[in-house]
Amino acid sequence: MDGWMDGWMDGWMDGWMGGWVDGLLLTIGITSSFQMQFMLLFSRQGKLRLQKWYVPLSDKEKKKITRELVQTVLARKPKMCSFLEWRDLKIVYKRYASLYFCCAIEDQDNELITLEIIHRYVELLDKYFGSVCELDIIFNFEKAYFILDEFLLGGEAQETSKKNVLKAIEQADLLQEDTKVSFSPSFLMVWSRNAAEVRDSCRGSEQADWV
Amino acid sequence: MSDVVEKTLTALPSLLSLDSQPGSAKLSSTAKLGNLIRGITELTSKHEEEKLIQHELASIKEQVSSPNTTMRQMRELMVRAVYCEMLGYEASFSYIHAIKLAQQGNVLEKRVGYLAVSLFLNESHELLLLLVNTVLKDLQSTNLIEVCMALTVVCQIFPKDMIPVILPIVEEKLNHPKEIIRRKAVLALHKFYLIAPNQVQHIHNKFRKALCDKDPGVMTASLHIYLQLIQENAEAYKDLTASFVTILKQVVGGKLPMDFNYHSVPAPWLQIQLLRILSLLGKNDQRTSEVMYEVLDESLRRAEMNHNITYAILYECVKCVYTIHPKSELLEKAAKCIGNFVLSPKINLKYLGLKALTYVVQQDPKLALQHQMTIIECLDHSDVIIKRETLELLFRITNAQNVTVIVEKMLDFLRLSKDDHMTIDIVGKVAELAEKYPFKHYSTMNAVFSLGGDMMQPEIPNGFLKLLSEGFDSEEEDRKLRLFAVSSYISLLQGEPSKLPQRFLQVICWVLGEYSFLKEDLEPSVVLGLLTKLLDMKSSSSETKSWVLVAMTKLCWSEAAVSEAQQVAETYSSSFDTTLRQRAQELQHLSRDSQLHSRVLPPGGRLEPDEVVDSSLSFLDGFVSEALSAGAAPYKPLHQRQEELSRSKVLSLEPYGLSLPISTSSCSITDRQSPTLLSTSSGLSGDGTDFSHRGSSTTLRLDGVKRVWGREGYLAQKKPVEEVAQVEVPSPLRSPSQQGDANSCRSKTPTPTANPECDQEKQQLASSLFGGLSSQSSVCLISGAAKMVNIQRFRRKAKGQRSSSTTNEQRANPTVSSASAVDNLLCNNLLEADTEPINSSAKQTFQHPHSLSVANGACDAEAILTDGDPKERNQPLSSEDFVEADDSPPREDQERSKDSCLTPHLPAELSGFSHSEIIPLCSSQSLDLSACHVQTDNSVVLVVFITNTSEDANLQIQVFCVCESPVEEVRGRSVSVRQYSLTVKMPLVHFELVGMLSYSIPAGMPQAMMQFSYKLPLTSFIRPLTVSTEEYGSMWLAFSHDTKQNLTLIKEEREPLTATLNALNKKLSLHVVEIIGVEGLVACSLLQDQPCLMHCRVHAGRLAVWLRSPVPDLPDCLLYHCQRALQEP
Repeated sequence: MDGWMDGWMDGWMDGWMGGWVDGLLLTIGITSSFQMQFMLLFSRQGKLRLQKWYVPLSDKEKKKITRELVQTVLARKPKMCSFLEWRDLKIVYKRYASLYFCCAIEDQDNELITLEIIHRYVELLDKYFGSVCELDIIFNFEKAYFILDEFLLGGEAQETSKKNVLKAIEQADLLQEDTKVSFSPSFLMVWSRNAAEVRDSCRGSEQADWV
Repeated sequence: MSDVVEKTLTALPSLLSLDSQPGSAKLSSTAKLGNLIRGITELTSKHEEEKLIQHELASIKEQVSSPNTTMRQMRELMVRAVYCEMLGYEASFSYIHAIKLAQQGNVLEKRVGYLAVSLFLNESHELLLLLVNTVLKDLQSTNLIEVCMALTVVCQIFPKDMIPVILPIVEEKLNHPKEIIRRKAVLALHKFYLIAPNQVQHIHNKFRKALCDKDPGVMTASLHIYLQLIQENAEAYKDLTASFVTILKQVVGGKLPMDFNYHSVPAPWLQIQLLRILSLLGKNDQRTSEVMYEVLDESLRRAEMNHNITYAILYECVKCVYTIHPKSELLEKAAKCIGNFVLSPKINLKYLGLKALTYVVQQDPKLALQHQMTIIECLDHSDVIIKRETLELLFRITNAQNVTVIVEKMLDFLRLSKDDHMTIDIVGKVAELAEKYPFKHYSTMNAVFSLGGDMMQPEIPNGFLKLLSEGFDSEEEDRKLRLFAVSSYISLLQGEPSKLPQRFLQVICWVLGEYSFLKEDLEPSVVLGLLTKLLDMKSSSSETKSWVLVAMTKLCWSEAAVSEAQQVAETYSSSFDTTLRQRAQELQHLSRDSQLHSRVLPPGGRLEPDEVVDSSLSFLDGFVSEALSAGAAPYKPLHQRQEELSRSKVLSLEPYGLSLPISTSSCSITDRQSPTLLSTSSGLSGDGTDFSHRGSSTTLRLDGVKRVWGREGYLAQKKPVEEVAQVEVPSPLRSPSQQGDANSCRSKTPTPTANPECDQEKQQLASSLFGGLSSQSSVCLISGAAKMVNIQRFRRKAKGQRSSSTTNEQRANPTVSSASAVDNLLCNNLLEADTEPINSSAKQTFQHPHSLSVANGACDAEAILTDGDPKERNQPLSSEDFVEADDSPPREDQERSKDSCLTPHLPAELSGFSHSEIIPLCSSQSLDLSACHVQTDNSVVLVVFITNTSEDANLQIQVFCVCESPVEEVRGRSVSVRQYSLTVKMPLVHFELVGMLSYSIPAGMPQAMMQFSYKLPLTSFIRPLTVSTEEYGSMWLAFSHDTKQNLTLIKEEREPLTATLNALNKKLSLHVVEIIGVEGLVACSLLQDQPCLMHCRVHAGRLAVWLRSPVPDLPDCLLYHCQRALQEP
């Protein structure tokens, strides 16, 4: 009797466990909102440049997903559709020069608007770095993260006004010079300094006043 | 692009030159990172990279732990650590330092610290607790940047349990003068709502304030919360409809600051969010929908510019138009929009067009007809994604005429598919179609099994076998089918069985075991020989082997077979696999004793359905007590063993967190439910007695399944369409511009340059694919009013049909060519977020009592409404009795007072019971519809109040769907009361009843319709079940569906268990059977008489519960309510 019950229960449990090994799908099932699941930036060579996860996943899963997705997306031909079905998710990707921007959304979400979210992010990067290129993102990836966090928060578009996003970033950037400053009218003037100047200060990392 | 390349090249030297700058003895932060990055790019192999990074990590590790490292250096170290993690190397030693940096650094360092924390840690990481204090401090800081950073990090990760600590401060920030702070605070509350909805329940009015914020950014942020709230309970926010409409009007009208424009489209994200909210609000609600028609029209009209972003808005708009209560003009416009998508040369738009078509096609199958040529082109598209979406669309328009072609296309796709996920999905669809159209399906299933391989859902073979064994109407037909199966399988086995997937082999084994006797010229020993070959194959899994042995057991009735069987049994009776050993033993015994064999497994005999199986194995009691007295260890159930194991090893095997979908049995994980699922997943499959056991325990549901999947149900629902189809089948040669909507098709008419033969082929394909869809040649041009009525009728019919629909939402039944499927879909998309995923595949329907027989468990859930409960039937109440003159309620009355006004109308026999709040469902100018439910001891009664608010006009009303009630008249200003007794067919977390009321004012005038829905939780159907501990024990063993979960204990000093169980008793009316030490037994039943038992145990400060019930899904649903009940303060 013992053996019989054992086999039955164990077998049943196996099937059960098997169901949620594929944890991603279920994790996503819980959050039935329209929020983005994650965003990845990677190069044509498949090197990851930026990753932002809006759903809690284990490191192992993240790596697995990244590997699979990078492969799948890189295998797509240029004229193909920018949307992909992958597991239970929709992948929206777009290539800008040598860099792929890739977002995962839920099936019911609007693919086109996600494509535009990517584009807006690129616009923001472009404006911040001044005609951005992959190297900007490689060497200043933390800045790219700051911009992303200011634009998308928790997977939702937080602030869609380009001006406001950059304002927030640059305020924080400039504050480095004097941490005790808080917002003031004169600050806006400082903010509106030449974009090139800001860019230089990002790049010119040797300057002492940067810190 | 060339621009960017050039830029890259110019930037390179300046970056590289950094090292060579003079005076860089002390390399600054970015330079070090730069060195690292450059170092990596120079490497050629992965191995070298690994070495370099390990070296780098070692040096970072050394520096971060050195006391001399300044915060500034720390900042730069963190950036490098983040970089290493991004490359896939773990730097967990730095996590604690990231937190320290956020804690102690200046603003700039803090910023990096917070960033690193949000990238390194996830919500459940224990170190996150250390961040709480820092966040708290920064939230109170006078430096706005610090407040911003703290809010940003809170929006990303924050430990759920610590929300109360910072909640008051975040709330306070809603009044902050800076819009950026207010916006982030709103988003933080949104985050809190997502992870712990109960924590922010008390501040819903503050959300309203945020919605009215003067800053558009803050208002936009608040919409995220509203979308979520409305998904969960649209009823509660209907009053905001007008506000949302006004906002959308202003946005569309360009009233927002230019900043919010995106490619000169005003605030597209905001527009889309609003459209989503509106579609949720307008669903099934005519009055609310009417408010938004104008602005939707405006949106459709404004979005003319040819840019992706306008298409994104249009797409959302179309979805909204098809979701809310239909308006013909808008539908026409939306249909035209879809045309623009589908016909667009841009592939992304085409994809979205197909998706939109798939979405609306059930409501209006003719739309697909308009675009048939495009669809056919997409079917051969080079991009697999487009193909896949096209198949999805075709799947939804499948009917009896085109099923063969569509299945063929799907199989073609499968042959080329490399993606597992897609394969599984398509295999499921083919199997579904094959089962729905059984006469065409036999050879299809062979293809499905061999193509789908072992990836397909386990219930597909199960369903197939069931269909085969239960048969259809004619014996002769069944025999032929089975015979055909046997012959084709024999020839498959004679070929190369090692190439067949395991699942297919198992199916083959079962079929041969059961039906090979039908083929008279086939010797059982030949079959046995083939089966033995399977046993010897290396690739056979042990599960397959046990199927083989079972098949052999069934076959070993002839002399010649016995010796072979004996031999096999001999070999496997010493197998290490207990199941195999068991099967071998059975084979051995049964082959020896032919009498016993013919009694247990009569050749060709059907299994006795009423065979009683003693699932508690009480006949073994003697054996067990003997063994126990002889000193054997008592049996411990699996969970107990596991617990002991986990205790000793510390490794927790329990799933973490709130895991409703996880804890649902495999049935719901795989989406497609099959009642026989358990029989295979149990690993015992194939065993004759086991089958009959399962069968008898779920008899009710099985019957239903048969009817639905069989011919009967399908015929019933297809009839109307078929008749239509006969009238007008598009002739193969007719050019597309001739049929249907010339407007959109003409542009897509194949160009003269195209090969005419190829065209003809396509035309033929078109006629075979879209056969049965066309009815009238004027497609879009049906006059508005007529179309409205059409849709309404469809809706009404749909209710009846849905009961026989076999699918759940994800794969909404394609043959239900009406609004119902769209309803389902929408519901799936938008409405169901509230009720947790368990509900996401569920929807309940009403049925006509006469269609009850078709009802079954295949639909995920349904509540059957019979016309009145038995009590009512005994003493039929004439409608007059209910209709009372009512002079009190003036129309302006507030809802609250309406409640009290309607209360007296409650039927007398229900007045002794408590009733839920009377909720207004819908209303029109002259009619108000309200409802409440009353819980009696043994039933739940839905009481619907229909109030005629008009002064004098008499109303003639008829309630459809609920049950075709007789037409009755309601005098002016009077109330008619209907009551319906509700029965649960399949448990769900929440039930939503949908009904339709048709009325005419004054009596005799054309009818108007009103659709209403009513929601009630599972708990209304739960009653305490009084059993003794002994009874509990025996019931426990007999139940097969169970689920386990850890719940929070109510914090109480002395007896937390008792307190918790009492709370459950009070809130959910569960009966506490007994409390023994740290364990508690609880029992309840779902009306009528469907018990559910709960075993509770206090373990490590949590309440480990284990629920069991004979009803699938009931444990999961009940668990959900227990969780909710215990979370509530």
